[in-house]
Amino acid sequence: MAKTTYYVPIGPIHPALKEPIRVEAEVEGEKIVKVDVKRGFAHRGIEYMGMKRNAIQTLYLSERICGICSISHPYAFVIGSEKALGIEAPPRAQYIRSIIAELERIHSHILWLGVIAHEIGFDSLLFWTWKGREKVLDILEAITGNRINYSMYMIGGVRRDLKESHIRALKDMITYYWEFTEHMKEVFLSDPVYEARTRGVAQVSKDVALKLNLVGPVARAAGLRMDIRQDIPYDAYADIDVKAVVPQDIVGEARGDAYDVTMVRIYEIEQSLDIIEYCIDNLPEGRILAIPNYIALLNKIKKTEGEGIGAHEAPRGEVIHYFRYDGTRDGPAVWKVVAPSYNNINSWAYCLLGAEVADIPVVVGYIDPCMCCNDRIAVVKDSTGKMLDYSYIHKRAIEKTRMLEKELGVRR
Amino acid sequence: MTPETIFYAIGMPLIGVFLGLFYKGIDRRVSARMTSRIGPPIRQPFWDVGKLLLKETVVPANAVKWIFNAMPVLALASSMTLLLYIPFGIIKAPLEGYGDLVVILYLLTLQALAMAIGGFASGSPFSSVGAQREMVLMMSYEMPFAIVITGFALIYKSFSLSTIASTPVWTIVGPLGGLGVFLLLIAFLWVTPAELAKLPFDIAEAETEIAEGMLAEYSGRNLALFYLSDAVRGFAMIAIEVVLFIPFTLSYLFGLNLSGPMLYIAEGLWFLFKVLLFYVSAVTLVRTSFARFRIEQASKLFWVYVNIIALLGLLLIWVEVM
Repeated sequence: MAKTTYYVPIGPIHPALKEPIRVEAEVEGEKIVKVDVKRGFAHRGIEYMGMKRNAIQTLYLSERICGICSISHPYAFVIGSEKALGIEAPPRAQYIRSIIAELERIHSHILWLGVIAHEIGFDSLLFWTWKGREKVLDILEAITGNRINYSMYMIGGVRRDLKESHIRALKDMITYYWEFTEHMKEVFLSDPVYEARTRGVAQVSKDVALKLNLVGPVARAAGLRMDIRQDIPYDAYADIDVKAVVPQDIVGEARGDAYDVTMVRIYEIEQSLDIIEYCIDNLPEGRILAIPNYIALLNKIKKTEGEGIGAHEAPRGEVIHYFRYDGTRDGPAVWKVVAPSYNNINSWAYCLLGAEVADIPVVVGYIDPCMCCNDRIAVVKDSTGKMLDYSYIHKRAIEKTRMLEKELGVRR
Repeated sequence: MTPETIFYAIGMPLIGVFLGLFYKGIDRRVSARMTSRIGPPIRQPFWDVGKLLLKETVVPANAVKWIFNAMPVLALASSMTLLLYIPFGIIKAPLEGYGDLVVILYLLTLQALAMAIGGFASGSPFSSVGAQREMVLMMSYEMPFAIVITGFALIYKSFSLSTIASTPVWTIVGPLGGLGVFLLLIAFLWVTPAELAKLPFDIAEAETEIAEGMLAEYSGRNLALFYLSDAVRGFAMIAIEVVLFIPFTLSYLFGLNLSGPMLYIAEGLWFLFKVLLFYVSAVTLVRTSFARFRIEQASKLFWVYVNIIALLGLLLIWVEVM
């Protein structure tokens, strides 16, 4: 009997995906024999918008690139801008920035743990983890005024100060999360069903991880000791000797599958708690803004010529922003964003080939994909393979409008 | 056409649908409370069915129309028929004498089969994958289920459910046979979630993997019929378990001397209470505390471990009976 293959299209809209991306798979029974990943459904042209606005507006725009790791883009933005401008944030502001970034890492990792539990059908765990995540969101709201888009950072410092009561609340939170992570290790790492569903799924070896350019927890799970906080220290991380969390240090060997990624993320939460603890114990006194007057700041940007690269270790991997100020306008002349999911999605095609249909959600979910972070440019080709450029699409749009006018009997 | 027949033809399905949806509502509520949510009101499944019945029924262009539309009816009909074979407390089953445990096994299989055929007929790749999974799963869990039924037939020398319900199984087996029946109970508890397509064995309807699988293309009236058949099947399956494993009546346990209609009411309520206990412990608890298995893991589990447990139970019973 000849085996028939099914064509299973996943996306751009699918229950397993929260954001639009398309995975086209050829399925033979339960096995995937051919796979193709298509992206470009969430291209919003944010970089282009940023080059038309002034730097402070662009800073808030950068916060809207990603919904979950919303602090990582502004962080890379302010670091890059400060390098380009040649100013430095006051030490207190640097420490506060690191605290906020680590709080965000905690909430992002817990969110991911809930999502991966949902992907393997463990909805109780999703509710439980997200309930535990509320605590850190409450703290973030108390400090910054918002739960998700904090609007906290500014070129040359932060906009809000930490108070005594905040520090007390942070200490409570740290004790709460030490307990919570212990529970999570029990529930995730010693659960036989969870292990059966994630062991050996989406396995990436060290060499392949290097070839595919993977970053963040996924690369660390494969055994690569790479972490921006360790390699290119900035802000408070320069005072702390941050070490990349790799499975070799925890259990002695790195397999690089979804189970190891889970382990790395849970232990990174503990690392973040340590960093926050250090930061609030050694919080320097002083100002929180290098240039408190925003008009003065914009004027400085207008007079500055220079370029800078800001890198930050986001919960998903490294975020890099490149800037050039050309001295003619008060915003970036060139702004380039490199987001971690762009690299990590490369692993899908490799992992899905030969995997099963049941593993698709795990493979898709284990990198914590963020589609909005990774759509740089959309290349549209027609059926003959000819690339459609701007002028052609514009012409077609005008034709369509004329046609509609004719249909509806509307006259301009 | 006696009045009794008319009651069984019209009344029993209504009672069955009511009870099935009621238990489904309780199940959802308890599950929500276990995961620290508030959960839907208990009458939510009724609203769901009502809303589905009002919706437009869409048939995909590349589906086999008559099979696609016939399968939900077949599924509901088989689950309604299933109800007529179950002794309700001390009330005898309406179709007693026309069938026994083997027919029940067949009717349970028929529903899963109807769902799988409906999935194949809908012509969507997701449904096809789901239907294939359902077939594989069916082949896996029917075997332990059949072994359990064989074990009971060995004890009672009969397949009739009324005979089994009349005397509790624990009173007529010795210590060895008791252990065997206990092992059968464990195997049956494993089979239950798979039979009802609940977690951890809702592989055929995995929402995150294949977008509800077999039901992906169903909508409106057809989906409502599947929903109803699923609810009734849940009640019926648990009721069978209660009849097989805990058939103790109220009067037997507490030595009550009731007579007339009071006896029937009390026994009926007691039976419903037992079903509720079993439902919560065998479906809701398992559903909220497990992740979904992969299909080959589930197959292996049933074919190897659950089968070994069931066969061991059968062996012990056989030794005792011989």
